[in-house]
Amino acid sequence: MHDVVPASAFVPLAPGAPAEGEARWRVFARTAFPFLVVGLAWEITARLGVFPARLFPSLEEVAYALVRLTVAGILPHHAGETLLRLFAGFSIAAVMGVAIGIAMGRSRRAEDIFLPLVSIGAPIPGIAYAPLFLLWFGLGNFATILLVGFASSFAVIINTWTGVKAVKEIWVRSAQSMGADNQRMFRQVILPGALPYILTGLRLGMAQAWRILVVVEMLAGVQWGLGWMIFGARELLNTDVMLAGVAVIGIIGLILEKHVFQRLEDYTVVRWGMMEQ
Amino acid sequence: MPHIEIRDISLIYDTPSGSVPGVQGVSFSIEPSEFLCIVGPSGCGKSTLLNIIAGFLTPTGGEIKIGGKIITGHGMDRGVVFQDFAQLFPWRTALGNVAFGLEMKGMGKAEREEIALQQLRLVKLEKFVRSYPHHLSGGMQQRVAIARALAYNPAVLLMDEPFAALDALTRDDMQRLLAEVWRETKKTVIYVTHNVAEAVYLADRVVVMTPHPGTVKIEVPIRLARPRDPLSVEFLDYQKELLRHLGGGAVKA
Repeated sequence: MHDVVPASAFVPLAPGAPAEGEARWRVFARTAFPFLVVGLAWEITARLGVFPARLFPSLEEVAYALVRLTVAGILPHHAGETLLRLFAGFSIAAVMGVAIGIAMGRSRRAEDIFLPLVSIGAPIPGIAYAPLFLLWFGLGNFATILLVGFASSFAVIINTWTGVKAVKEIWVRSAQSMGADNQRMFRQVILPGALPYILTGLRLGMAQAWRILVVVEMLAGVQWGLGWMIFGARELLNTDVMLAGVAVIGIIGLILEKHVFQRLEDYTVVRWGMMEQ
Repeated sequence: MPHIEIRDISLIYDTPSGSVPGVQGVSFSIEPSEFLCIVGPSGCGKSTLLNIIAGFLTPTGGEIKIGGKIITGHGMDRGVVFQDFAQLFPWRTALGNVAFGLEMKGMGKAEREEIALQQLRLVKLEKFVRSYPHHLSGGMQQRVAIARALAYNPAVLLMDEPFAALDALTRDDMQRLLAEVWRETKKTVIYVTHNVAEAVYLADRVVVMTPHPGTVKIEVPIRLARPRDPLSVEFLDYQKELLRHLGGGAVKA
């Protein structure tokens, strides 16, 4: 099924989680190695002059652009605005997606209403809605955030729905026999039982939100934002700025993955043995 | 007055090829604090019957009275233990699992954890109070499940082949432990099994069921002093008798 990943099959970012007793520097070296290889290949290509230097800057120039724009406060401003939109849009997707997904999993009627809509909506690239949203809600933050929320909610809905369906009947029966009412059944059994899938849905939703946001920032006529910065730099052939923007998106994504999603998982579904690390 | 009265219970399944009786015209009663085993081969409807008594399935005919009142669904007067180890909530510690029923009753945290701890002591798991189920062995998980079903103090304990998925040695330990727990708590127990030796070891009385359709063939009271010796002649005689009722080699002990 589209965009559904069974939680246990999720491949962690770094191949091989830190093994017991493995030295920290070794873990670091293993994680850094592929980046070093790509960086080296890049540097060689840049120095050999295969492409004009203006279009293929060396890492040094990219790093310099990164530092220069950061010190000037321009890059943090762009990143800050993008992050605000990202979190606003993603929050909508998370709340609406989990709510609709759970409703679909628990109620036959909700499933009948939402499933056809979700099935049709999910495969459509979110960016295809961008012109409509901009016409309806005007240029600017409002339309951007709504579109990010809308487009990234599908992955959350589908995974949450799958997760609720995958909640074991025996947990529900056990809880019933112990006197759980509907509200407690929901909070104490359905929600934790579906959590591995919900977390996977949120992770996919976040990736979707990034993809939409960076493109929409170019179209929405906003003044600040990493997407706007990257596309704006194209006009002046500032490839170093473009790459600096791409690097910042990668770094933010890595931080979110390591320090938000993986931590959430370690603290919940991994600790409970519902998901392998 | 009997604690539980099962009167003329039937459950007919509608299938494309016509209606199939899962359980047909089953009647028997259970005295307070009696340990009753239901024995039969796969497909005789014994688990179906237990699920009806638990209130998870609605019979198509007949009625069940507990303490003189007709039951209409599941209720906290009955605790249920299933065969599947996965019945425990993986997101709760052993203590959290056992305290679940008390939490649903609205009992405060300190009080329910105190009671849950006592229950875990009863099944000899006081050292694993803070462990999550996936760190416990199958036998330990089933002991947590028993403690969980007892914690909110139901009058009746319903058990559906709780030890069938355990290895033979662990199963023997668990049977001894259950006999002890029953002696201490004096619950009324209905225990479903296909294991004849298990039934003779645990039960005051054995109800033998046969399939197609699922009906009660005979009730056999086990008049042996406890604790029982599975190697005694009398014990083996009871096993032979039950096997004979089950139709010779149809079911292995």
